[in-house]
Amino acid sequence: MKIFKKDKKRDIKNKEAIEISNTTDNTKSSVKLRVFRINAIQDPKDVHHFDEFQIPVKRWTTVLDALLDAKSYHDSSIAIRYSCRMASCGSCGMKINGIPRLACYTKISELATNTITCEPLPNFPYIRDLVTDFSQFINHHRSVMPYIQNKKADIPDVNELTEYEQTPEDLDKFLQFSYCIKCGLCYSACPTVATDLKFPGPQALSQAYRYFADSRDTDKSNRLKVIDTSHGISRCHFAGSCSNVCPKGVDPALGIQLLRSHLLGFSNSEKKIAKLQDRSSNPYTAEEGEGDTEKNENNDK
Amino acid sequence: MTSSNFKNNSNKRTRWFTNITLLRESQITKIHYITGISALFVVAIHILMRLIMPFNMSLEFENVILNYKNIFYALLLESILVLIAIHGFNGLRVILLEIRQTLIWERAVNILVIVAMIGIIAYGTRTIIIANGFSVG
Repeated sequence: MKIFKKDKKRDIKNKEAIEISNTTDNTKSSVKLRVFRINAIQDPKDVHHFDEFQIPVKRWTTVLDALLDAKSYHDSSIAIRYSCRMASCGSCGMKINGIPRLACYTKISELATNTITCEPLPNFPYIRDLVTDFSQFINHHRSVMPYIQNKKADIPDVNELTEYEQTPEDLDKFLQFSYCIKCGLCYSACPTVATDLKFPGPQALSQAYRYFADSRDTDKSNRLKVIDTSHGISRCHFAGSCSNVCPKGVDPALGIQLLRSHLLGFSNSEKKIAKLQDRSSNPYTAEEGEGDTEKNENNDK
Repeated sequence: MTSSNFKNNSNKRTRWFTNITLLRESQITKIHYITGISALFVVAIHILMRLIMPFNMSLEFENVILNYKNIFYALLLESILVLIAIHGFNGLRVILLEIRQTLIWERAVNILVIVAMIGIIAYGTRTIIIANGFSVG
């Protein structure tokens, strides 16, 4: 019975989503877009208001599409930062219906509501409308030295440059954390950053782990010194909201916990690594071979 | 002393004040965890000791003083005092550090917490010693 009820609920939700997407009637295929408006440069008193626009939507319309529609046909003064429209650049981060998300990666049909509220990312100073100042965020990122430091590297002698050797197992230790696009969603969702501006934030700390776990990096102690301060990694309360909002599946909370266990000397364990498949032989020919043997066995029977 | 010399000296003094770091944060965190876990055990023993006689009787003045006279029990109380003071005051320090992020506030909180911790431990130890009356039995 419970399963039946769940199915019914799901059907109703699907029908609502289809109604929003398919109907050509303006009243049903449009959403109310509420946009946070502020001009922190002209009006430093932090006075803001919301402008409302009725935007026609289709099944594939994203929040960024809706905002650009509002900018094109209603109010050209709306300030938005965007670039790639495919969740690669991390420019269009904003608070959509109370949760930090990428506007280009959030479909309106997914939100299952007719009112979409767009606000600038929390924990960032406002510049104008949905555009925020990332300088503090970038400074924190820079402070953890997000680059490989290898004293043995033979950079002065360009002719004898060799590639760093790294096994697939070593790569897998940090690969997940290297998918970070610096969109700032984790930083805006972090409750510690909200109260402590000196805290580097989940992005910088997970990047510190990304380079700490890299087998090519030889200067790990310096990076650990930077984050081992009174406003450093120890201030993380492990709320986990950074991992919840990450659009690329980086899981910064995991990086922070692994780095902390290394720092405290309680554990030297790395990220749990999935077993790699043996690709030494051609998988297609191997499968064919196995299939052939099965066929032969059946024929024998 | 010229004004530049005075400035340099005062800078050195403030630099000494701001650069003082007794322990790294990871070491403090380690101490925080260890004192927390240890305190859990000693407090458990302390509470269980109340159950060796009827609970009301255990809190009577004479029985409490008798407990203090037992050197092992006095040492247990002293360890509870030290562990809880270190753990608790560090917790308070962490909360206060998040309120403001200026260097002066940070140093002031650190010094205040250390002084308060030493004061509480000293006062508690004094009470234990007086109640114990230097008796080993």
